[in-house]
Amino acid sequence: MTVSQLSIFIENQSGTLVKVLELMRKSRIQIIACTIADTAEYGIFRIICSEPDRACAELKAAGVAVAISDVFAIELDNQPGGAADVVGTFSEAGIGIAYMYAFLRDGRGILIFRTDNEAEAKEVIVRKGLHVLAENQLLA
Amino acid sequence: MIWNPTKECMSREQMRELQGKRLHKIVEYVYHNVPFYRNKLQEMDLSPADIRTIDDIVKLPFTTKKDLRDNYPFGLQAAPQSEIIRIHASSGTTGNPTIVGYTRKDISIWSECMARSLTSFGVTRNDIFSVSYGYGLFTGGLGAHNGVETIGASVVPASTGNTEKHARLIRDLGITGIACTPSYALYLAETMDKLGISKDQIKLRVGAFGAEPWTENMRTEIQNRLGLKGFNIYGLSEIMGPSVSYECEEQNGSHINEDHFFPEIIDPVTLEPLEPGQTGELVFTTLTKEGMPVIRYRTRDLCSLIPGECPCGRTNVRMSAIQGRTDDMLIIRGINVFPSQVESVVLTMEEFAPVYMLIVDRVNNLDTLMVQVELRPDYFNATLDTPAAISELEKRFADKLRSVLSISAKVQIKAPGTIERSEGKSKHVIDKRQLF
Repeated sequence: MTVSQLSIFIENQSGTLVKVLELMRKSRIQIIACTIADTAEYGIFRIICSEPDRACAELKAAGVAVAISDVFAIELDNQPGGAADVVGTFSEAGIGIAYMYAFLRDGRGILIFRTDNEAEAKEVIVRKGLHVLAENQLLA
Repeated sequence: MIWNPTKECMSREQMRELQGKRLHKIVEYVYHNVPFYRNKLQEMDLSPADIRTIDDIVKLPFTTKKDLRDNYPFGLQAAPQSEIIRIHASSGTTGNPTIVGYTRKDISIWSECMARSLTSFGVTRNDIFSVSYGYGLFTGGLGAHNGVETIGASVVPASTGNTEKHARLIRDLGITGIACTPSYALYLAETMDKLGISKDQIKLRVGAFGAEPWTENMRTEIQNRLGLKGFNIYGLSEIMGPSVSYECEEQNGSHINEDHFFPEIIDPVTLEPLEPGQTGELVFTTLTKEGMPVIRYRTRDLCSLIPGECPCGRTNVRMSAIQGRTDDMLIIRGINVFPSQVESVVLTMEEFAPVYMLIVDRVNNLDTLMVQVELRPDYFNATLDTPAAISELEKRFADKLRSVLSISAKVQIKAPGTIERSEGKSKHVIDKRQLF
């Protein structure tokens, strides 16, 4: 029910981001969505990509601090309030969103997020029939 | 077992009386035989008659490594050349090496101190004992060798190098004891693994390890891999060589042969003596040496003295493990800080690689300390994938640092491979303060 996201520690300095991106180019990994959570000194670069396990292994071998985190990918109804509905569902169940970002694919919004309680979040998704995407659906 | 109960188990009053008498005698001796000391004492308006008891030692001037270098090669030698039967030289990584000449009596006292150490480790005349310190200009090889002969064990002068042959001899001869550096002991264990020599094929039971700092973790590893009990032996060529101090079966500090080497702990900045138990720079005065006696020699080693009687029965004072070197000391906001303290904290955190950098600066007349550490790719995991988690890790490290350093430091977590590694002695400090 979850998809793999790469989380990469990078320093907040010019050149550090491109170094990671070049490594991914060399490994022929395609980025589908990404975001950076930054502080003054460092950032966590989060990436949804093709072949996340291989990408993680190859980046690690190149000395990058990278980990795989399990996140949810949920397709939204394309109308105002679509995101509010999804997030509202979790907040009603007392589940917090740790972080979130979104991208558009074929004209439909996809919300990527991690919660503070994965097990309960899965229950909510099933109970409410949310349109959760599996990894192969994202990469298609 | 105790080699010399008279000297190792003396009452404190008797010991201080003996030390006082010997101090007076050695000061008189250097005053008449070493112009360097005579000039220093005269400048301070001191004469040997002013030094009567061991408490008078604080009146005397210090001797430093620089004094030894400046008087290269024989400037501090007190005995005539005809009385010198051996000359050792310490490695001179910077400047001149230190040359130390020994008289016959010096060698005999050194052998006695070494015999006390080995006996304390449980070595007897029934042992076959391998000396794997380097034989040569370095004091380790010959120093240990003489001690083994003194107690009558069979000495195997293996020296260093040709470790495979040595490993086979340990097995084939049933060698029971070894003196070497702790890192050589680990190398020996690896060599045995490579040769397929297992722990139950060898009879090693005692190790005398010294000449470099080592940790309790290293002790455990060596003991497990070689199946022996490892003891610390401390020494330095400027004072004598190995056996200035030695552990006993309690393994709680090393007993100093203080009838020959009088220890003091001083504040390396103010040079004032510190209270027993406080950590500072170790200073030695040789009380009986003839060849090259030294008065209040600053070792630059940091440790503390452990007062009180030891359950082993010895009364001579113990010194703690060496906790650092004054050469590396930083003074930040008036507090003495050693890179080795930071290192000890870094090593407890598996999230970080064993590299670090201290950056000292002065902002608005206030010293600042920043400690940089590096994430280890193999320990980076999904629990660290938010800035909040990283800052929590920073806080945990900063708290540990504060409890060890007694000052707070800013922590900066860096990406893997971004802190400079240098060959050999790694450089761990950048001091940006422009004070002069």
